[in-house]
Amino acid sequence: MSQTDTGVGRVDHRPAPGRAHPGPAAAGPPPYWTSRRRDQLTGYLFIAPQMVGSAVFVILPLILVVWYSLHEWNVLAGTFEFVGTDNYAALAEDTSLPSVLTATGLFSVGLVAFNLGLALLLAVLLNQRLRGTTLFRTLFFSPVVVSLVAWTIVWGFLLQDDGGINGLLDTVGVAGPNWLRGEGTAMVSVIVVQVFKNVGLNMVLFLAALQGVPAELYEAAEVDGASRARQFWRITVPLISPTILLTSIITVVGSLQVFAQIAVLTQGGPGTSTTVLVYYLYQQAFQFHHFGYGATLSIVLFAIVLGLTVLQWQMRKRWVHHES
Amino acid sequence: MTIGKGLRGVAVALTGALALTACGGGDDAASGPATLRMTIWSANEAHLKLFTEIADEYTRNNPDVASITFDPLPFENYTTTLTTQIAGGNAPDLAWVFENSAPDFVSSGALLPLDDALRTTEGYGYDDLSPATLRLWQHDGKLYGYPFSTSPFGVFVNTDLLTQAKQQTPAELIAAGRWTWENALAAAGATKQATGKAGLVIRDFDYKGWDNLSTFWTGWGARAWSEDGRTCGFAAPEMVDAMSTLHRAIFTQQALPGPGTTADFFAGDAAMTVTQISRASLLKEDGFEWDLVPLPAGPKGTYSVIGQGGIGVLKRSPHAEAATDFLAFLTNPTNSAKLAQFFPPPRQSLLTAETLAATNPQLTPEQLQTVVIDGITNGVVKPSHTGQAELSQQVRAGLDPLWRPEADVPGVLGQLCATIQPLLTK
Repeated sequence: MSQTDTGVGRVDHRPAPGRAHPGPAAAGPPPYWTSRRRDQLTGYLFIAPQMVGSAVFVILPLILVVWYSLHEWNVLAGTFEFVGTDNYAALAEDTSLPSVLTATGLFSVGLVAFNLGLALLLAVLLNQRLRGTTLFRTLFFSPVVVSLVAWTIVWGFLLQDDGGINGLLDTVGVAGPNWLRGEGTAMVSVIVVQVFKNVGLNMVLFLAALQGVPAELYEAAEVDGASRARQFWRITVPLISPTILLTSIITVVGSLQVFAQIAVLTQGGPGTSTTVLVYYLYQQAFQFHHFGYGATLSIVLFAIVLGLTVLQWQMRKRWVHHES
Repeated sequence: MTIGKGLRGVAVALTGALALTACGGGDDAASGPATLRMTIWSANEAHLKLFTEIADEYTRNNPDVASITFDPLPFENYTTTLTTQIAGGNAPDLAWVFENSAPDFVSSGALLPLDDALRTTEGYGYDDLSPATLRLWQHDGKLYGYPFSTSPFGVFVNTDLLTQAKQQTPAELIAAGRWTWENALAAAGATKQATGKAGLVIRDFDYKGWDNLSTFWTGWGARAWSEDGRTCGFAAPEMVDAMSTLHRAIFTQQALPGPGTTADFFAGDAAMTVTQISRASLLKEDGFEWDLVPLPAGPKGTYSVIGQGGIGVLKRSPHAEAATDFLAFLTNPTNSAKLAQFFPPPRQSLLTAETLAATNPQLTPEQLQTVVIDGITNGVVKPSHTGQAELSQQVRAGLDPLWRPEADVPGVLGQLCATIQPLLTK
């Protein structure tokens, strides 16, 4: 479609409204709806649905969460009292918060390391020109499109003491642990369930990046006598580093927002070993009816996500290839 | 200029649509016949059918109420869903409230007092309500919830499994005066050994719903907290005795399925289950031979535990008056008699074996007398406390270390009391 057809991007050479335009032809004020203004309006109308959606469902709730965090909201009594920064002061006195932040950190570190490592390994393996790679790519990607809750419930059955995983281990003479009841194994189980659910997405992104690495670089490296491992670290990793940055940001943010897996598999237990920040703020707001404090915890979560994303973005200059 | 006109048209349409959307959420509650909504935990077809029949009869005689809908919410997240609806400005007109959240609802001011309306309703018979069943729902002398269902816990027995394991049935043990927890757990453990099926399941416990364990520890005279709710009872000697017995039953006798193992009594996977009699509806007609008996005696003798569900009228309902009037109709003597087949009523006149037998064909007069009537009359209500959700979460987390074979029972319970004591006195 040409610019002339639509008027979008057309350069307006006519004088702007209000500008002095001497001469006998200047009869009356210039029309308000100039081509430029029409173009601007068109642009605004195109983005209007997205802007309205963002304003109503993102920006307004963000503002409201800050507002709620300054109040004590008793849902049952119907009271809503301004308490200033009391909820923020309560963070320092919350004896559960250190263990919650520890569980959140453990989950995030475990998830990011396992997810990115496995996704990259699968992508490298499935980037070979071998029979059956398409089938395996489909197999590893398919959990991404499965319902999260259905996926988690099925894993819940598999991870029971007398479930499928321990049944399999039993056939080879290994007595499996009670996965969801041990503090260490519960956290590992939740991480593994989440990684298997989403590893396919990162794998596809890595695959796309790997296929963009010029083959002649490997040929030149081979001629120079570089080993496969050296080729991987000196050619592959630098050239796919922008994708590693992208996937790491997406995975870190996703790991901090985990909720359904915890709610379905462990409800934060055993003890509080898998009570991560999102689940804790859900408990505070919706189960304990501390909506103001729950809002304050969500501000903490927002600050952590923002801080980690900014940190990753700043650090990219040190290790992401082609970044300046 | 065609484009300009088109754009203006789109702009006007968008503005109009936004304006209509903004205005569309208005509440037309103030005018016309009322539409009432009541949240309940049960999606059971028979329960809903009976509720709907009673509601239809009410709307036929009360033209100011157009319709009454019953909104089943999942049992597991019932209270959370209800409070989320209230927070979101979508509060129901009437709500079922579980006993564990009763103190929060009753003392918060969320519910309307019901006494005056119920007392002045013609033919209601307010004084027929058993005072013991009302206690949990009163605050400052006013009744804020009607104890709609007062359901005692009993033991359902799969006699086929016990016979297969060559164990005496509870009925035989009762006849011999030996129906105690010691013998019940021994029979359960032996059944597990002989059949591979689970011995005894405390339903809805599943190593999370700890308040269901009150059906066990009350036999030792133990309590989660003192009568006034201010002192932790988990570290008391009688609770340590009860929990030590339970721990041995799980990990040594294997009388109960261990953590992370599920067994459904009603699917034939267990010999016995402790649950409320309202679960009798889960029994299949062509299933196994079954019996219902009272809870076994503990070291402190015989006892009963009851679970309660109340119905309250939300103060912020735009039709609170109509909702209260409907509640009076729903719980009048006639409808209480109909509902008694599922929900044992607090009416003393209906708590007779003859009356209950008419609507409970599955249970014998003896079962009704020993489990239902005696249970309601003498029963201890499951633990409940203000701020129950937070307290319950702390107790659940504090008890988790107990569910390991090597657990130090007194140590875990002592630590649990240290954790929850500040919440009890808050």
